[in-house]
Amino acid sequence: MSLDAYLVVSVMLFALGVICIVSRRNILYVLMGIEMILNASSINFAAFNHFNGGGLEGRMFVIFIIILAAAEAAVALAIVLNVFHLFHSIKPSEADLLRE
Amino acid sequence: MPEAHRQRMFYGAFALLALGALGKGLMDAGIEGLLFSLFAVLTLGGSAVCIWERSVVRSAFALMATFMGVAGFFLMLGSDFLAMAQVLIYVGGVLALLLFGVMLTPPDLEERSLPRIGMASALVGGGFAFVVAKVVGVGVETWAVADGLGEPVTKARDIGLAFLHPEQYVVAFELAAFLLTVALVAAVYIARRRREDFEPEEGQV
Repeated sequence: MSLDAYLVVSVMLFALGVICIVSRRNILYVLMGIEMILNASSINFAAFNHFNGGGLEGRMFVIFIIILAAAEAAVALAIVLNVFHLFHSIKPSEADLLRE
Repeated sequence: MPEAHRQRMFYGAFALLALGALGKGLMDAGIEGLLFSLFAVLTLGGSAVCIWERSVVRSAFALMATFMGVAGFFLMLGSDFLAMAQVLIYVGGVLALLLFGVMLTPPDLEERSLPRIGMASALVGGGFAFVVAKVVGVGVETWAVADGLGEPVTKARDIGLAFLHPEQYVVAFELAAFLLTVALVAAVYIARRRREDFEPEEGQV
């Protein structure tokens, strides 16, 4: 397959992630949308790496993206639990303690 | 329109699209195209089902298909280590965390709003179509691709050696370890139960 095919799949996954973030009113869906966007960028890095000689650089980026996603998911879940404890709701629009 | 009817329509259209994509891949590039189409259907279809479904549990399991499809792409791109790490960390870690989040929060089946999804799809799709049309109009036809693509030689051992080599990625590696430690300790600290949560409330005991 050519590089363009991977880029097309990646851009579609990115668009689906953005749609997921902006159209659902639930923090968990926002997290899932972020994971989709991170995966889209991973596909891009791996594809460019493969079609430019197959070295290590692009793979390192993908590995660090995966590490960051794991750390982010853990912290985000802790924040979601606290937000639910505080507001009794996991709608992002209702967590407005700092709005004044 | 009743919900069951909408579900049937969505999954019918989804199955038709998937079959069309698989057939087109098989016609265009043989068995490799078929594999590529299969992973693309898994990836994009999983995301679409994730956006469509009302229940968070179903969405989370649809996201598993997305992660598996991306792992398949990594395999096709010659990065078997990445595919393995993707399955282990995303499916085994991130998805399990998401399911814990689902279990610890109440379900809300009325939260999905189809007009909002439709409007977001139209806006985002239009924006991406505009950008792609602009890029194609500028005249970027092909990306620079190295010629003579050989068999990829990278193995997990090479990645491990590069991580520990002083002139390559050892600093980034240590920083990642530091980041993971701090993030996980911080997550436990944020999510822990305070002492006042354990003490009985007034007049209960």
